[in-house]
Amino acid sequence: MPPDVYLNVAVGGVLTGLVYGLMALGLSVIFGVVRVVNFAHGEMMTIAMFIAVVLCSGFHLDPLLLLVPIAAVMFAFGYVLQRGLINAFITRPEHTQFLLLVALAIIITNVLLIIFGPDARSVQTAYGYDSFQAGPILVDAAKVYAGLAAIVFAAALFVFFRYTTIGTAIRACADNHTGALVVGLNVKQLYALTFGLGAACVGAAGTMMVLIIDATPMLGPSYTLLAFVIVITGGLGSMPGALLGGILIGVTEAMAGLLFTPSAKSMFAFAILVLVLLFRPQGLLGKRLA
Amino acid sequence: MSRKRRSNSASVSRRTLTAGLGAAGLVAGLAPFNILRAQGGPLKIGVLLPRSGIQAGIGQDCQRGVDIAGPILKSLGLPELTIINGDTESNVDTARARAEKLIGDGAQLLVGAFDSGQTTAIAQVAEQKGVPLVVNIAAAPQITEQGYKFVFRNFPTAPMILRDAFEQQKEIFAIAGSAPKTVVFMHVNDTYGTAMAKGIGAVMPKFEMPYTIAEEIAYDPAARDLSVEVAKAKATNADALLVVSRLNDAILLTRELVKQRWTPQAVFSMGPGWYEDQYFKTLGKLSDGPMSFVPWYDPHKKLTDVLKAGLAKADPGVNLNTNHIYTFEALLVAADAYKRSGSTDPAALAEAVRTTNITDNVSIGPGISFNAKGQNDKVKDGAIQNIGGELVTLAPKEAANAKPQWPMAPYQSRG
Repeated sequence: MPPDVYLNVAVGGVLTGLVYGLMALGLSVIFGVVRVVNFAHGEMMTIAMFIAVVLCSGFHLDPLLLLVPIAAVMFAFGYVLQRGLINAFITRPEHTQFLLLVALAIIITNVLLIIFGPDARSVQTAYGYDSFQAGPILVDAAKVYAGLAAIVFAAALFVFFRYTTIGTAIRACADNHTGALVVGLNVKQLYALTFGLGAACVGAAGTMMVLIIDATPMLGPSYTLLAFVIVITGGLGSMPGALLGGILIGVTEAMAGLLFTPSAKSMFAFAILVLVLLFRPQGLLGKRLA
Repeated sequence: MSRKRRSNSASVSRRTLTAGLGAAGLVAGLAPFNILRAQGGPLKIGVLLPRSGIQAGIGQDCQRGVDIAGPILKSLGLPELTIINGDTESNVDTARARAEKLIGDGAQLLVGAFDSGQTTAIAQVAEQKGVPLVVNIAAAPQITEQGYKFVFRNFPTAPMILRDAFEQQKEIFAIAGSAPKTVVFMHVNDTYGTAMAKGIGAVMPKFEMPYTIAEEIAYDPAARDLSVEVAKAKATNADALLVVSRLNDAILLTRELVKQRWTPQAVFSMGPGWYEDQYFKTLGKLSDGPMSFVPWYDPHKKLTDVLKAGLAKADPGVNLNTNHIYTFEALLVAADAYKRSGSTDPAALAEAVRTTNITDNVSIGPGISFNAKGQNDKVKDGAIQNIGGELVTLAPKEAANAKPQWPMAPYQSRG
C-alpha cells in the first residue's frame, strides 16, 4: 500500500480524534469538579447535533457559525440541569447518580425519536464534498474545519480555567471541596457553572460532529461509551488527557481499520483501554490516587 | 371501608351469579359464529418491517408497498386485507418478539421482514405457531432450506442473486465493449452481507468473470464514517467497486468517493442502497452512475404500470423499487391464497400459498410459484443503472429498456 495512504488515514484520525477529545473534555471537566459521572453525555451531544441539523436545514446556516450559539444553549441546559436535578443527588450514593443519569439518557433518546424519528439526518454545507490536497495528502475539508474548531474551543476552555477568577475558583473546588467551602466560595453555583461548561463542550463537539457524521437519536449510547474510553485512557479529570485520549482513539480506530479490518476498529480502541487500565490505571495524563 | 366491601360481596346473589353464568354461556355459544364471521371478513396480515433503528429508511420504504396495495388488490378482484403493523426495530430479538405478539393479536398470516437475520427469527416463530409467513425481502438461503412448512419466499436467494448478477454483468460488458480487470469488494458485515460475501467467493469462479477481486473490505453495519474503508479501497487501484451495502452506508461510501476524488469505472451493487429514493434525494447529481444487480420489476409487465401509477398517486416523485415491488407481491400472494382457500385456517392458507401460480405480477421472471421448499426459484434479478435521476433497466434482455452508461462520469465534473 502506498505510504501516503497511511498518512491520509492518520491525519483523518487525528482530526476526528480532536472532535472526540472535545466531547470527552466535557465529561472530564464535569467529573473532575462535580464528581458526577455523566452517563447522558452522548445523548447530550445528540441534542446539540439535532439543534445544528434543524438550524442548518431551516435557516441555511453553517455549523461553524453555530458553534458558539449552540454551545451557549447547551451551557444553559447543563446549568439548569445541574441546579434543578443533579444537585440534589451530589451527596447521594453513586448508584443513584448512575440511575438518574441513565434515566435522563433514555428520556433524551426517546424524546429525540418522537420529535425527529429514527432516520439519519445530515447537514448540507458548501464544503461538504470538498477536500484539501497538499502533495500526496488529501484531507476532508469538513474534518479540517471540525478539528480546528475543536482546538479553538478547547484552548478557550483552558484559558478560562487558567486565567479567570471563576475558572480558578472552579479549580479550587475540584482540588479541595472543604477548603472551597471554608473560604466562602459558592460551591453549588460553581458546580452548576462547571456542568454548564461540560455541556457547552459537548454542544460544541456535537455541532462539529454533524460535519463528520449524520445525526440519529440512537447515537447517544455509543458516544457516551466512547467518551468514557477516551477519558479513562487520557486520565479521568484531566483536560489535556481528554484531548490526548481523543486523538489516540481517533488514530487507533483509523489505523486499525486500515491495517487490519475496518469492522474491528472499535475492538482496538477497547484494547487500548484495557492496556491503560492494566498498566496505568490513572490514565495517560491522570494523577495517581493516594 | 371494610364494611362496604362486605356489603358489595353480599350483593352477588344466586340470581346475579346465574345471570352472569348465562351471559358467559351466551358469549361462549356465540363464539363459533364469531369465527365464521372472521372467515368471511378481511384476512389479518401482520406486516413486520424494520420501521425504526439502523434499517428504518428501508423499512419505511417497504411500507409504501403496503400502503398502495389495498386499491390495487381490489382492482384485481382479490379480497380485502387488514394490516397489523409490527416494528422489528432492526433487531433480531425484537423481530421474534413482535412476530409472537402479532400472532397473539390475531394475525392469520405474516409478511416480512426485509432483513435476513430478522426474517430467520420470524420464520422460526411462524413455523412453531403454524402461521404462514410470506417473506417479502430476505436473501439468506437457509430461510427456505430448513424444511419449514409455513414459510414461503418470493425473493431470490443470495446464490440466485449472484448467478443473475454475474450473468448480467457479462451482458453489460458485451454491450459496453469494455470490462474491468480488477475490483475491490466492499461489504457490510451483517447476516446478509456475510452471506453474500461467502456466496461471491463460492459462485464467482464458476462464471469466469473478466475481473479478479483485488481486496475484500468488510465494515460495520452501524459505521458512521467510512473514510478509512474507502482510502483502503482506493489504494488498491482497482478498476471498479463491487459492493453489498444498505442505504446509509451506500450514501456514506459515495460521499467518501467524492471527497477522496476517486471515480471507479463502475460501481456494481449486489444489494440495496444505491437505487433507493433516499439515495437520489441525498446525493442529487452524485447519485448517477452506480449499477445495481437486484430483484427488480419488469418494465414491460402490465401490473408494473399499475403499481407505478399507484405509487405516483400516493408518493409523488418516488421511484418504484425492490422494497415496494416485493412487499406488494407478498401481499398479492397472501390475498390470492386467501381468495382460493376461502379460509383463515393457517393450514388451509399455507396449502393455498404453496399452490400459488400468479403470472400477472411485477417482478422479472415468468411469475410467482413456489417449489417444495417454499421458494420461488423462477424469480429473476435485473441490472439497473441510475441515469439522470431515473432508474433504467439494462438486463436481462427481455426486461431491458436502456443501454449502459460506461464508464461512470467523474464525480468532480458533475458541477
